[in-house]
Amino acid sequence: MKPAAFDYIAPNSLEAAVGAIAAANGDGKILAGGQSLMPLLNFRIARPSVIVDLMHIPDMSFIERRDDAVAIGALTRHADLEFSDLIAQELPVMAAAMPHVAHLAIRNKGTIGGSLSHADPAAELPMLAVFYGATIKVQGSSGRRDIPAEDFFVSALTNCLDPDEIVFEIDFPVLTSHAGWAFEEVARRFGDFALASIAVSLGILDSRIVDARVAVMGVADTPRRLREAEEALTGAQGGPKTAARFAEVVRACVSPESDIHVSAEYRKNLIGALAARAFTTAWTRAVGARP
Amino acid sequence: MDIVVTVNGRKYQASIEPRLLLSDFLRDTIGLTGTHVGCEHGVCGACTILVNGDSVRSCLTLAVRADGMDIVTVEGLGTPDHLNALQTEFREKHGLQCGFCTPGMLMTAMDLLKKYPLASDEEIREGLSGNLCRCTGYQNIVAAIRSVVSLRNGSAS
Repeated sequence: MKPAAFDYIAPNSLEAAVGAIAAANGDGKILAGGQSLMPLLNFRIARPSVIVDLMHIPDMSFIERRDDAVAIGALTRHADLEFSDLIAQELPVMAAAMPHVAHLAIRNKGTIGGSLSHADPAAELPMLAVFYGATIKVQGSSGRRDIPAEDFFVSALTNCLDPDEIVFEIDFPVLTSHAGWAFEEVARRFGDFALASIAVSLGILDSRIVDARVAVMGVADTPRRLREAEEALTGAQGGPKTAARFAEVVRACVSPESDIHVSAEYRKNLIGALAARAFTTAWTRAVGARP
Repeated sequence: MDIVVTVNGRKYQASIEPRLLLSDFLRDTIGLTGTHVGCEHGVCGACTILVNGDSVRSCLTLAVRADGMDIVTVEGLGTPDHLNALQTEFREKHGLQCGFCTPGMLMTAMDLLKKYPLASDEEIREGLSGNLCRCTGYQNIVAAIRSVVSLRNGSAS
């Protein structure tokens, strides 16, 4: 229940951090907020010989509007996102999802870069990155590259980064033409990892859906954007029939697994129920009513 | 490694191993045993303290990262003769039984009271969802926090 001994390095530049993690030759771990890594260290599930702590690197925590996107520094804490007016205004689905991220004491330390890198398939920020089509910016020994969120998550707890790469910024495109949105999640206990969750956003013209965005989590080994479900909504109008059809399409898109908490069948029914609810809320918002 | 940490207004200087958890630093290195250690993996909330005003799990923080920070533990809230408002309501409403989870409950509630309106009991319960209590069934803990919110809003509880 205590971490094994490690060498602790706390560089004050991203370049130095990349150098330190590269020098660890695969036996190092990056420490950001620590809210996923520390339990692994305490249990000694992870026993890295080197910890590279990012906390002293300046300018890694920010939330800025840049053209049609919101740029977020990798060390920005969950609580910073939760209480940000800019996020509430420009990324409303993220604002709605943030209170579901663990508990306040975890949100006060956990970071967006850490959560994305940890790649838990039932965590909100990876799903939001896929939903918004975010660009994940990383730096490694051989330079910088931009990774689309959908390519970033490989499988449960596995991302596509090389061992010497560090996430330093994430750019979230603003869905400027979308007027209605919803985020729905069910967990065993408020703040726990989701059993299933869905985000829906709708663009509407002349009372018809012209553009839809749909992503789910908890029902596969990575968060997923559901283009089939998006296409099913295009051209449709609100109402119980569309909601039921949408739920059916979403259910057909996923094949979740059973685990210690619930069966695969339960999860599949749950994501359908959440889909219908999310669609109805998003439509209600899109046509200008209060949900 | 050498660190200097302010805990409850007093400066502590210590030479520590990088792997030392902040919870163990508080309890074993400087002898403040009010912070309790339950699960040691961030689930039970017993070790919650305030770092620079924000609630954090001290078992999920390396003590080296607290260098230069300002920490408040349960010992910093009040004294037995002068309990703070939250502690007073925990006593009045019987918001504790065995007391093991109480320091974490208090430190979590201090941050909740600062950051949320806590307009409903549901909101209070959601805020406490990361703190486990195996005695009270939470009813009286919620009542104690509700009472502080009411006092703060100027109405009688």
